[in-house]
Amino acid sequence: MAIKTKFAEDQFKIRVEKKINDAFMRGAVANATDTINGRKRQLIFEMGNWEDWRSHGEEIRHHVLENLDYYLFQFSENVAKNGGHVFFAKDAAEANRYIKEVVQKKNAKKIIKAKSMVTEEIGMNDSLEEIGCEVVESDLGEYILQLDDKDPPSHIVVPTLHKNKDQMRAVFKRKLNYEGTSKPEELALMARKVLRKKFLEADVGVIGCNFAIAETGSTTLVTNEGNADLVADLPETLIVCMGMERIVPTFEEMEVLVGLLTRSAVGQKLTSYVTNLTGPRREGEVDGPEEFHVVIVDNGRSDILGTEFQPVLQCIRCAACINICPVYRHIGGHAYGSIYPGPIGIVLTPLLDGYEDNEELPYASTLCGACTEVCPVKIPLHELIRRHRDIVVERGSKKAPFMEKMMMKAISTGISNPSLYNMASRMAFSAVKPLTSDGKITKGIGPLKEWTDSKNLPRPNKERFRDWFKKHKGGAR
Amino acid sequence: MKVSLFSTCLVDMIQADIGIATVELLERLGCDVDFPEGQICCGQPTFNSGYLKQTIPAMKRMIDAFEKSEYVVSPSGSCTYMLHEYQEIFKDDPVYGPKAKVLAEKSYELTQFIVEVLGIEDVGANFKGKVTYHPSCHMTRLLGVETPPLTLLKNVKNLEYVELPYKEYCCGFGGTFSVKMGRISEKIVDEKVEHVKETGAEYLTGADFGCLMNIQGRMERIGVPVKAVHIAHILNSR
Repeated sequence: MAIKTKFAEDQFKIRVEKKINDAFMRGAVANATDTINGRKRQLIFEMGNWEDWRSHGEEIRHHVLENLDYYLFQFSENVAKNGGHVFFAKDAAEANRYIKEVVQKKNAKKIIKAKSMVTEEIGMNDSLEEIGCEVVESDLGEYILQLDDKDPPSHIVVPTLHKNKDQMRAVFKRKLNYEGTSKPEELALMARKVLRKKFLEADVGVIGCNFAIAETGSTTLVTNEGNADLVADLPETLIVCMGMERIVPTFEEMEVLVGLLTRSAVGQKLTSYVTNLTGPRREGEVDGPEEFHVVIVDNGRSDILGTEFQPVLQCIRCAACINICPVYRHIGGHAYGSIYPGPIGIVLTPLLDGYEDNEELPYASTLCGACTEVCPVKIPLHELIRRHRDIVVERGSKKAPFMEKMMMKAISTGISNPSLYNMASRMAFSAVKPLTSDGKITKGIGPLKEWTDSKNLPRPNKERFRDWFKKHKGGAR
Repeated sequence: MKVSLFSTCLVDMIQADIGIATVELLERLGCDVDFPEGQICCGQPTFNSGYLKQTIPAMKRMIDAFEKSEYVVSPSGSCTYMLHEYQEIFKDDPVYGPKAKVLAEKSYELTQFIVEVLGIEDVGANFKGKVTYHPSCHMTRLLGVETPPLTLLKNVKNLEYVELPYKEYCCGFGGTFSVKMGRISEKIVDEKVEHVKETGAEYLTGADFGCLMNIQGRMERIGVPVKAVHIAHILNSR
C-alpha cells in the first residue's frame, strides 16, 4: 500500500456509489464519529478557552514550519548525541531502501509495528514483505485490517471505523479460527494472545511518531493500547518513522499539542499511553533497543513549504476534520482512495501524489467550513480545498465533463455581462417548460439531472425580481 | 436610512417573492430601498468551482454596482459572505482591493442588518405555526451571524419556535456540489430532512435560499409535508 489505496483504481464516482449504498459502513461511521464528537465537545467545554488553545497550537506549528531547517538539524544532532541514527529520506523509495538495509544487516525476519501513517504512505510493509520479512501490525485496528487481507484503513486515527464488531469477529473467525463472541473485550483478548508472541519474537520494531522533540532528540507516540511501548522496548532494533514536519521545539510545546491532539482525535484528555523515546538503551537500563534509527520522510513535504498550501503541514493528524465532515460521514474513508481521507486528505493527497489521479477529490466537499472550524491548529482546510479546484481547472482537467466546463464558462460570462444575463434570465422561465410538471422541475437535463434525480427544483420566475422592483419604484437607480 | 438591496441571482431569477418580502420588510422598518441595476451575481458558483480567473469580471461588476451604496443588504448569508470574501480575493489589486474592503464593511445579511444596524429585535410580525430554523453554514461559520435570525424569530407573534436537532450540520447543498456530487448531496440532505421531521414543525425557515431550495426539493420529492419558507417571508407576515 502507498498513499493511494486499492480502491483508487475506480473513478471517484464509482467508488462513491459502491460505498454510499453500504448501510453498515455508514451506520458505523455515523455512530463512531457522533460518539467522538460528543465526547470532544464536552471536554473542550470543560477545558475552557478552547479558541485560545487553538491559537496557541497554530502558533507553535507555524513557528516550527517557519524554522523547520533549524529544528530538524537540532533534532538530528540530538538523536545522534543520544546514540541513535538519523536518515533523511527524500521519498518513499529512499525511506524503504534504508529501512530494508537496517533490517537486512540484522538478518531480521520478524518485524512488529506500532501505529504509523507515514509507513502506510511509503508502503513500507509491502517493501519489507518483498524481501521475505513478516510484518505484524500491533495496533488492534491496524491488526484487524491486516488480517482482513490488508483492507486499507478508512480513518487516520481509527483505521477500522468502517467496520462494526460483528465484522471484526468474522475476520478473526476466518483467519484465527476464533470461536468467541463479538464482545470487544473478548476480541481484544484474542488479539493479545496472538500478538504477545509476535512481540517477543520480533527482531525489529517499527513505530510512528506524533511529535519529535528537537531539544532532546526524543520522539512521542500516543496510543491507548500500550503496544507502542512493547514495540519500542522488546526488539533489539527500533526504527522510528516520521514525516519531516512532526517536529516541536521542546517538551513544553509537545504537551500543548498532545492535549489538542487527544481531545480532538478521540475526545480524551490524554491517551492511556504517551510513549516518549530518547535514543537506544543506555548502560544500566533494563529495556529498550540496542539500535535506534529515526527515518525522517520528506516525500513531497518540502515542496509544500513556502507555498500557499504550507498550512497543511501544521496538521497533527487528529482527524477532527474527518469526524465532522458531512461528506466523509456518508461515503466513508475508502471512497477517497487515499490513506488520508476527509478534508485533510483532500488537501494533502494531491500535494503528495499529484493532481493527475486526484483531481476529483477537491470536489468532494460542500465547503461548509466545519473542518476549518474544528481544526485544533487552525488550518483553513475548506479554503485550501477550494484553492485546489482553481488549480484543477487551470491545469485543464481531462476528467471534468465537457458540459460542465461549458456551463461554467457560460455562467462566468453571463454574470459579468448584463445583456447576456438579461437575455438568459428572461428566457429561463420558458426554457425549462419541457422539464416542468406542477410548477416544479422534476426531470432535469445536463448538469441539472444530478439535482433532479433526487430533488425537485423550483421553476424560475415568470417575472424577475428586478422587473418587479422597477414597477414597484417606478424605475431603478 | 438608505439601503441598497443585493437580491442575489437566485432570488432575481428563481424566487422573486423573497426579494419582494425583503423590500416590503425593510421599507416597513423605515428604510429607503434601492436596487442598483448593475448587480448580477456575487460569483460564488463559479468561484467555488475553481473558476477564479473567469469570475473576476463578475466580482468587479458587483463592487462597482454598489460603490455609491451606504449599506448593502441581502437576504442570503452565503452571498453576503461572498461579498466579504472579495477583500481576500482582491487584496493585491491596488484599485479593487480598497474598494472591496469598503464593500465588505457596509454589506450585511438581512437579519444581521435589522438587529445590528437598525437595532430592531421585534419587527412586529405575526406568523402562526410551528417553525424550525436551519442555520446555514456560510452564514454562521463564515459570516459569523448566529443569533440575529433567532432573536427576530422568537419575537414573531404566534410563532412557535422549535430547535432543529444537529442544526449545525450541512444540508448538502454546497452550491455546485449539489449538481456535481448529487448522490452524496442526497444522502446528506436526507439526514437533514430526518431532523426536520423530528421537530414536528410545519415550517422550515432559514436565511439562505440555496439551502432551503435543497431541503425543500428533497422534502417534496419524498413527500414530507413541511414547507420551507425564507425568513424574510416570516418577518414580513402581518
